[in-house]
Amino acid sequence: MAKKSWFLPAILGIVAIAFPPLLGGYFQHVLILMMMWIAMATGWNLLGGYCGQASLGSAAFFGLGAYGAGLLYLHWGISPWWGMIAGPLLAIIVGISIGLITFRLRGGYFTLSMLAVCEAMRIVFLNWVEVTNGPVGVLFPRTWGDQKLPYYYMVLAIAALSLYVVYRLMKSKLGYYFVSIREDQDAAEGLGIPSTKYKIYALIPSAGIIGLAGAFYMNYMAFIEPNVVFPLIISAQMILTVMLGGPGTFWGPALGATIFVLLSELLRAFAGPVIGTVHYLLFALILVLVIMFLPNGIIGDWDKVKGAFRRKKPAYVGGE
Amino acid sequence: MAQFGQTVICGLLIGGVYAVIAIGMTLILGVMKIINIGHGHLMMVAMYVCFALFASLGLHPYIGMLVAMPCLFAIGYLLQRYSIHRVRFVDTILPQTQVLLTLALGLVFVELIRVIFKSDYRSAYTPFSSKCLYIGGMSISLPQLVSFGIAMAFVAGLHILLTRTDFGRSIRATAQDLDAAKYMGVDALRVSSLTFGLGMALAAAGGALLLPIFYLFPDIGTPFTIKALIITILGGAGSTVGALSGGLVFGMAESLGAVYWAPGYKDVVGFVIFIIILLFMPGGLKTVIKR
Repeated sequence: MAKKSWFLPAILGIVAIAFPPLLGGYFQHVLILMMMWIAMATGWNLLGGYCGQASLGSAAFFGLGAYGAGLLYLHWGISPWWGMIAGPLLAIIVGISIGLITFRLRGGYFTLSMLAVCEAMRIVFLNWVEVTNGPVGVLFPRTWGDQKLPYYYMVLAIAALSLYVVYRLMKSKLGYYFVSIREDQDAAEGLGIPSTKYKIYALIPSAGIIGLAGAFYMNYMAFIEPNVVFPLIISAQMILTVMLGGPGTFWGPALGATIFVLLSELLRAFAGPVIGTVHYLLFALILVLVIMFLPNGIIGDWDKVKGAFRRKKPAYVGGE
Repeated sequence: MAQFGQTVICGLLIGGVYAVIAIGMTLILGVMKIINIGHGHLMMVAMYVCFALFASLGLHPYIGMLVAMPCLFAIGYLLQRYSIHRVRFVDTILPQTQVLLTLALGLVFVELIRVIFKSDYRSAYTPFSSKCLYIGGMSISLPQLVSFGIAMAFVAGLHILLTRTDFGRSIRATAQDLDAAKYMGVDALRVSSLTFGLGMALAAAGGALLLPIFYLFPDIGTPFTIKALIITILGGAGSTVGALSGGLVFGMAESLGAVYWAPGYKDVVGFVIFIIILLFMPGGLKTVIKR
């Protein structure tokens, strides 16, 4: 198994590169969204899944990334493509200062305090009109007009980069530190791991990846305003896609994001005329059921999923 | 001076209602050791129950509250018993599975309400909503005053329930030490389910008290979840007295911020308090009161 670890990524990579030019614009758009969510879910998973610091405010990084690109254009007329560097940098710098405060809290408190951070940021960006243009937002002409393919390859590269970064990090010493903090913060501290420092080390790539996705979003959609890039629903979807696929697993977030985007587009495109806005309700219900019955996600609880089809009891993992 | 007095009184009155919502969250936090992210969303459900009664039967929200509270109590009881409790003792990769489950459940309710009532803004306007009292140059909104009175009555009632009855003692025992409470014959599942119901009923009361002076749409819950969290941190986790004082201080600060800073930044004031508390007083008001 270990020998063939390159096999799955290689196949996926070839399909992802060769297949999309054959598709229509709508399907390319769906694929772009899918890749963006894969990058964001993977970024969230690093801090939330591996390091155990589940944040309900990661849309803050997304919005900062998008605004990092947007503000450059708004004030100095610099192409938002430079924002692909400036956006993540802004997200990381602000993220570190936020983390230094909110990492004092643990568990659910941390989760909700990040929500408070994100909401505060949304309100500041709405009201600080001189700097952010407020609710009017930032609008700019798209570089490639209505072509989708260049954007697709760009976001594919971002998704691949995020997966690679997380893969390398989790293979390094840092990765083991992150997991030890998730498993038992006090024990980790007892073994001489300064937990706040390593949480910050997990936050930096996480904020950077999500910020990069935000900067890409700015370039792709060509319009941002605070209610579009800082809403709770983006933070919540990041968590829920990861929960769907499997938190703390490498392929989980990618699988969750794929299922999430395909499912919501399918429900919207084909069932939409019949059931209206019910697709969000269905998605929320599916998530409740997944968290209740597969709390480790589809990949984390793969044994249970297999067991259900074979009508056998799942193998008991851990314990005696 | 009158402006300052009015601002403070206004803040205190709304703070009383915030306190009721936050005490619901604190109770759940104390007994179940989880933050209920769906708190504000379920409060929103209660507001819609009141609104539906108001729109169809013309019942004033204060009377609708008598229906909304049992409704939410039942919802909370069933959610804890059949959904949240299931994942409590499951060994999961992420430690906060229960918390994330409350988030997903909250979203289910938001979307359910959106399907039933659509996303339109609503309000339950009664002639009573705009009545005012005038004292020495200050005008005090009568519905806010009545809301505050009812809120304080709920806090007092809860205090009696927690300190004077067997059920209240078993709640406090479970919050202090789950295992010891079990050895003493407390049915932990029953207590935690009833507590979740009770917390939701308090949130419902807060929602019903807000309805005459506020507006309503399906996504209204999130700011209130945040407010309840900030009050919980401000007051000190798991302390009812702390949540009450925290609610009053928070309401006052918010109202002062809206008048003397900028109305748009009203919700940022709470966040500033939150950071100050975390940096300089991690135990919250609870530690100050005890001294």
